[in-house]
Parts: sequence; C-alpha cells; structure tokens
Amino acid sequence: MNNIAPITWQGYLRPDGRKGVRNIVLVIYTVECASHVSHAIAKDQEDVHVIGFPGCYDNQYAVRLMLALGRHPNVGAVLSVGLGCEYTQPEKIAHVVRESGRSAEWFYIQDAGGTRAGIEKGIEIVTRLRQQIRSTAKRVPMTLSDLSIGCECGGSDGTSGLAGNPVVGRFFDRLVDAGGKALFEEIVEMIGLKEIILSRAASPEARGQLDEAYEKAARYCQSVRQYSVSPGNFAGGLTTIEEKSMGAFAKSGTRNIQGVIKVSQQPPHAGLWLMDSVPDAHFMNFGYTNPNDTEGIMDLISAGCQIVLFVTGRGSVIGSPIAPLIKITGNSHTFNRMADDIDFDAGTVLDGRMTMDQAAEALKNLVINIAGGAVSKPEALGHREYFVMYKHQDTPLLQIGCRA
Amino acid sequence: MARCFAIHPADNVATMLDNADSGSHVEILGAGSGNILTVGENLELGHKVAVIDIARGAPVLKYGVAIGIADQNIHRGRWVHLHNCKSHFDQRSGTLDLHTGAATDTRYE
Repeated sequence: MNNIAPITWQGYLRPDGRKGVRNIVLVIYTVECASHVSHAIAKDQEDVHVIGFPGCYDNQYAVRLMLALGRHPNVGAVLSVGLGCEYTQPEKIAHVVRESGRSAEWFYIQDAGGTRAGIEKGIEIVTRLRQQIRSTAKRVPMTLSDLSIGCECGGSDGTSGLAGNPVVGRFFDRLVDAGGKALFEEIVEMIGLKEIILSRAASPEARGQLDEAYEKAARYCQSVRQYSVSPGNFAGGLTTIEEKSMGAFAKSGTRNIQGVIKVSQQPPHAGLWLMDSVPDAHFMNFGYTNPNDTEGIMDLISAGCQIVLFVTGRGSVIGSPIAPLIKITGNSHTFNRMADDIDFDAGTVLDGRMTMDQAAEALKNLVINIAGGAVSKPEALGHREYFVMYKHQDTPLLQIGCRA
Repeated sequence: MARCFAIHPADNVATMLDNADSGSHVEILGAGSGNILTVGENLELGHKVAVIDIARGAPVLKYGVAIGIADQNIHRGRWVHLHNCKSHFDQRSGTLDLHTGAATDTRYE
C-alpha cells in the first residue's frame, strides 16, 4: 500500500501557509444594519460569500469567530462592511486579516453615502479583490493529510446512528490514518456516554479535557432545561437523548481523541478532535449551545475545516458559506425524496448494496472530488446559510462593566 | 418481508428498516439475525421494536448500552418509544406528542 502515491488535487496556498480548496472573497458585516448592503455586494457571485454578526454590542466570542473565518484557508481576501455606529470594528477585522498576508479592505456605509453608494463601492472593491486572488493565489498539490474535515448531524432519525454517522466514522478513521484532521462537535449530544467518551482519550491530558467538557455540557443541559433532541428526531424514531447520543457519537469513528478545542481554535496537530461549543458556566442561560445546525457548522468551519460533512436522516436543506457542505443520509427514502439536496446515500449499507467499508471508500472519493473543485449539492443550489450569535466562551468574569 | 436491525447482541430492541403493519412478520438483521418477529402494532422506519419481553424498570438496550428505562412491561414485537421508555436525563421528552414529537408545554396564545 505504501508505494501507491496518495491521491492529490490542486488547492490554494495562502501566504500564511494554509491550504484551501476554494478561493473566495468573504464579505463580513459588523452589525445587522449592514447586512442588506453586504448581501447586495455579493449577489449572484458564486465566489463572493457573506457572513456577519447581527448585534450592535460586540461580543468577544463573535469577534474571534469572524476573525477565524476571515483567515480561513478557503478565503483569499476580505471586505468588512460596517454601518458606522456599532461596537464591532470593521477596520480592525481588515487589519487582522491583512496580517495573515491576505488582502482586506473595509468601509462604513454612513461614510460611503448610504445603500446605493455603499453597494457600488462594495462591488467595486470585491471585483478588484476577486481578480487579484484569481491571478495571484498560488496553486499547490493537496492530499488527504492537508484536510481538516468536520462533521455535524441534524434532522437525525433512526437510520442516522445505524448508517449515516457510522459511515462518516469509518471515513474519519481513514482520514486520521492518512494524517488528516477530523473534527466533530455536539458534545450536548454525548449526554449519557461519559465513560465511553473518556475511554477514547489519546492521553491523560485529553481525558481531563473530555471529562471537563462533558461535565460542562451536562450542567448546561440541566441549566437551560433542554436536551439536544428535536420533534423531528422523536418522530423519526429516536426516543431519548441517550439513544441520539450513541448514534451521533458514531460519527467519531474508532480512533483516539487527541483533545478538546473551542470555537475558533485550530487543532494543534493531526488526528481526531472534539470541539466544545458550549457556553461558559457563568453564562449558560445566555444563548443556546447549538441553537440550530447552521451554528454548529460555522463552529467547525471556524476551526479551519475546508469541507464539512452533514448527516441527516429526515432531510435538510441547508448549506454553508466558506467551506462546502456535503450532505449524507442513512435513509434511502430521504435520499430519493430530496435527491437535489443530498450528496450521498449511506442507506446502501442497510439494504446490503454496499458494505460499510465500500461506503466509506465511496465517501472518501466524493470528498476528494469536491476538494478538487467538484461542486457539492448545497453549493450548486446556492445555499450559504450562516449564523453568528452572542455567546460567552473564555470570557473573564464580569465584575467589571457596571457601576451599580 | 419488512426488516429491522439489531446492533448489539445484548440489545433488547431493534430499529425498523422498513414500515411494517400490525400482525406482520419482520426479519431481524444484524445481531440475532435469522430470527423472525411478529409485530404487535404498526411500526415506522427508524422506530424501535422490542425483540424480547422487557420488564417494567429494566433498561432499554441499544448499541449495547442503556438508552432509557422501560416504565411499563413491553412485550416482544411492540413499539418502544416515548410512551414506554424514559430517559435517565431528559424529563421534557416524556411530555411530547407520541407521534409527532411536538411539544405540548409551549403555549401559542
């Protein structure tokens, strides 16, 4: 096996050394008031994507997330757009992105002269940035070991834990063995599995991190009186959070877990990693940990995932900006009903058309094709949903800030 | 014949791979494969069926782990869901609509 050359494709080498599978301009707005102009700037341009933060008051977690996305390996250049009144500073976002070697510009819509003038100015900048990254981005061979792949599940049903997530788990084993990075999150969907998770720790340090993250997630669910299980999950045959957890955890495969990272952190080395997206203890009632699937996908992209896998049993119609989303279902009925939306039918392992190994190999080939430039179904449909919310992670205790 | 899949040899439930009508035979695949079950009610794909009698208070086992507790006696061939299996953690799920999973405790007024 070792003398077979690994499959390679042409990616994009960024000035900071990271390698991407897309070459996009990212428009980042810093308050909801700038969202209309930002979307108009990017309208109908497949390689100009938009994210933004709706709040006028800033939030350290959201700022970190936007900075991580602005320096993502699939991003070649950034335009940051503000209204002019908000706390979050588009100039500082542009500055940090420039420090990574990428081009970045910014402006306030109030200074530009309003909606029409702002859109015109933004289109002019984005057109220039796009031409620049198309002509200057260095092409470089990439292989599986250059990839960080995230996996999220949503709209789970009884097939997700039988086929959808296990096929991803089998693929993740191969990705890890090839020297890549595999990321999964949704620790609130590991409730009930503490000993099973801890037994997968790669080191005593990793075991400590997993223990701490699990206990925080368990306290969080008690605190908000909501476990991560939805009406569609129940209608699809899942009865308890413990059952959903076992199915969700199957996406992690069988390799050791190297440790826990938080949102906007990159895994420090190759292997399988768990992302903790649960708010800090002091702020547990301030926002939900995974209020929807899109938020979790953004978290995985913030860690540098160039591609995200999304496992759905019931069917889902979301996509993502920045990193292509590949949709997988373990339910062949769902695949046939929503064929425009779903890329991969893992239900083939349930009716004997494929073995688990064959399905994992087919998924690996699909990932390689999409990394090489083939368009995933959510990409083709123009899905670029994003969700950046207020949350507190690693925030200092707030004794300061109020006089009374 | 409709099929269901038992994941672990210790499991007392299997997951339906097809819909099945009450009284019909269902083939068990996976752990304990080769056995045929007669189902006691209509069962939908993705839902669980008891493959042996489960006593009230006993763990409901899937993936070889306890995914909940039976809060009534469940006979072989019966549907295992919110009405007879309770989470160790989550109380709210016990109040949801059995068929749609919709919340019954949020007021729309």
